[in-house]
Amino acid sequence: MIESIDTSLIDWSRAQFALTAMYHWLFVPLTLGLGVIQAIMETIYYRTGNEAWKRYAQFWMKLFGINFAIGVATGLILEFEFGTNWSNYSWFVGDIFGAPLAIEGIVAFFMEATFIAVMYFGWDKVSKRFHLASTWLTIAGATLSALWILIANAWMQYPAGMSFNPDTVRNEMFDFWAVALSPVALNKFLHTVLSGWIVGSLFVVGVSCWYLLRNRDRAFALASIRVGALFGLVASVLVAWTGDGSAYQVAQKQPMKLAAMEGLYEGGEGVGLVAVGLLNPEKTSYQDDRNPFLFEVQIPKFLSLLAERDADAYVPGIVNLIEGGYTTREGAIALSAEEKIARGKLAIQALADYRKAVKAKDAEAAGRYKATLEEHFPYFGYGYVKDPADLVPPVGLTFYSFHIMVILGGFFILLFILALVWERRGKIAGSRWLQYVCLCSIPLGYIAGQAGWIVAEVGRQPWAIQDILPTGAAISRLDPASVQTTFFLFLLLFTILLIAEVRIMVKAIQKGPEAEPNV
Amino acid sequence: MDNSTYIFLQHYWWFLVSLLGGLLVFLLFVQGGQSLLFTIGKTELQQKMLLNSTGRKWEFTFTTLVTFGGAFFASFPLFYSTSFGGAYWVWMLLLLCFVLQAVSYEYQAKTGNLLGKKTYRVFLIINGVLAPILLGTAVGTFFNGAEFVVNKEHLTDISMPVISAWATPWHGLEAAFVIGNLCLGIALFSLARLLGLLYFINNIDDEEIRTRCRKRLLPETIVFLPFFLAFVIRLMLIDGFAVNPETGEVFMRPYKYFINLVEMPAVLAVLLVGVVGVLFGIGKSIYVRTWNQGIWFAGAGTVLTVLALLLCAGWNDTAYYPSLVDLQSSLTIQNSCSSPFTLKVMSFVSILIPFVVAYIFYAWRVIDLRKIDRAEMQEEDGHVY
Repeated sequence: MIESIDTSLIDWSRAQFALTAMYHWLFVPLTLGLGVIQAIMETIYYRTGNEAWKRYAQFWMKLFGINFAIGVATGLILEFEFGTNWSNYSWFVGDIFGAPLAIEGIVAFFMEATFIAVMYFGWDKVSKRFHLASTWLTIAGATLSALWILIANAWMQYPAGMSFNPDTVRNEMFDFWAVALSPVALNKFLHTVLSGWIVGSLFVVGVSCWYLLRNRDRAFALASIRVGALFGLVASVLVAWTGDGSAYQVAQKQPMKLAAMEGLYEGGEGVGLVAVGLLNPEKTSYQDDRNPFLFEVQIPKFLSLLAERDADAYVPGIVNLIEGGYTTREGAIALSAEEKIARGKLAIQALADYRKAVKAKDAEAAGRYKATLEEHFPYFGYGYVKDPADLVPPVGLTFYSFHIMVILGGFFILLFILALVWERRGKIAGSRWLQYVCLCSIPLGYIAGQAGWIVAEVGRQPWAIQDILPTGAAISRLDPASVQTTFFLFLLLFTILLIAEVRIMVKAIQKGPEAEPNV
Repeated sequence: MDNSTYIFLQHYWWFLVSLLGGLLVFLLFVQGGQSLLFTIGKTELQQKMLLNSTGRKWEFTFTTLVTFGGAFFASFPLFYSTSFGGAYWVWMLLLLCFVLQAVSYEYQAKTGNLLGKKTYRVFLIINGVLAPILLGTAVGTFFNGAEFVVNKEHLTDISMPVISAWATPWHGLEAAFVIGNLCLGIALFSLARLLGLLYFINNIDDEEIRTRCRKRLLPETIVFLPFFLAFVIRLMLIDGFAVNPETGEVFMRPYKYFINLVEMPAVLAVLLVGVVGVLFGIGKSIYVRTWNQGIWFAGAGTVLTVLALLLCAGWNDTAYYPSLVDLQSSLTIQNSCSSPFTLKVMSFVSILIPFVVAYIFYAWRVIDLRKIDRAEMQEEDGHVY
């Protein structure tokens, strides 16, 4: 029996979850984006009766189906890994976290599973109207599924609507709407789904440009570019807006993540935003005096403006967050990490004492310990942290991922504007350079999406639940070799299936909509 | 919320989880059908018909499994954390074989699928065989127990704060060597095959396939019945894991599950109706060559039988997930459930279930109005696996 947590177990459990999540997020964004585009095309068919639009929609549906299957497979693993690899987490917050997952199953998955069958097999079995409704309901189901899992994820970043019950030794929900409608959840949902729409648009525009480069299926390609580029432009503008909202929420709820995103060690008033920068690899700790950057270009005061909506506002850096002592936006003096850790240990000890007092039927002592626990519970998770340095997430990975995502986001807006204007002016069919750019941009949407998730998940380390439960205390009590084995099994399986998926997609694209008129 | 309402909600959610379990076992007809792919389908066209028959339903099984997991997580989180985190290998193997299934239908006949058509079809057979056996073995532990310890005090141990621990390094695989679990696993596997056969008879308009399926019903029944009866008879005779409702103490009680059925006559009636439904669906399909509706009787019977057995495991002061290592670590619907507030919220959500069932019924009916036949498989205008 393991008597203390093996750090390699934590690392392998994290690696396995990250592997599954990253593979899952290769497939889901395309499902979300392509699903809406094919539904728009079918809607045009329904309204105009033009058979060509039916054919276009059916072609994209074929690719949707290939991608959808593997997304479902990786999603299954992800849900159950909360139990298999994060069992302590599952008990500690299962009372809150389980509800969105169950609602996802009841409300979203069944809708998706039911209507996707009608979408594929019902063309000649149901009316045009019912078929169209099924197509929209399929994508509505997929989007609702994203909503509930993102609500669950947002709650981990900003635990709201719950309180700790020392009798059951877990957190319990008391306000469902605080969980479901938290500002973090709403921003996260919109930002994430919109990023999927961008991936879908890039895919449609890029594949269509490939047809133009090959000088084939021209009408189909131009029609698809028209829909894809307009949809992509709307999505990429909205994603910039929700990205700002998300960053603002990070500044309010997870200031350490914001500091890592910006490589900000020493905070201050009127802090600038790093537009482009190269981190100093020799800076390995917040305690050394090395300059964090080898090179940086800043937009003056912009970080303060984005984080606090005030160009002169104070934004704490990593050192400030660890050492404390600055005045928070609420006017209090910020605690140091050492003080938080001490309070966390007090909370954990108070819980142990409370449980003993209850068993001994000592109501007076139990009341006293409960009061101590409640006072220090906001720092409960810090009690498991050994060293303040453990509270700093990997700065390099978070910083570069954030900046890659933001730069690509800006690029997508320009690309979609260009594609749309060129298409409107009838120039895109002759602009091979733009066709190549659009084709080569397909992977960039995936890179931006993966980078976004790295910012969200790596940037919040060491927390499984912000301030309440560190990752190391959330795990299942397993032999690291078991997790290693399943990690490599999944790696092998997912990689083989990904290669298969890409090959099938490529073959289907090569055949094209004309060669295979029906899905 | 007063205590009686809380107790009601605990029972209500155990009922819903049990119902989902019953539906999941019924929907294993997809797995059963897959396992018979090469037995029933002798030609490429026949195999194609079989694949398209179960291929239009596999997502329901998959979704029910996910919802079963989600509902357990939301309503009985201590089970989710203890069983999934402890019986790691059983659940991981189950998930792996479902991953294989999810891609295989879509990929098997596609150009460029890397592994070839045969490999994906073998994946479907692996899923068809392993999924029911593993699920049966896992559910068997509801009656026969598992080797775990739950100690909530561990949360205050900073060096090892994990509250649930498995007592053997086998992490769930040991359950496959318990006779009672094995009986249920094999019974479930053969039941899935029987349901698969009945589903093919109903769903595929092809005389050759129907005749072959009918011939196969009897040998499968001969496998199913002894294992199912062995499981049920043993269950009625063994000591069960009872709970003192006043103190929450778990203790062994002779004939506990038999007593449960006697003390809950409605559950006994559901069990009997369910078993009769299964046997009627199979029996009439064997003896009446023109009758194709067996799947609905056997399917409904399966749902009712599994529902009754799971209610027998969790209701009437019974520990539904007993610990063989530390009796007091056993999980009951009282000590493992969510808070009153969460159960109440989830109960409001459960009002949507009839609506979900209604649209599934409607969509299923629409898609199945035209049975799968050779002509449809050869049509160019349609999505065919």
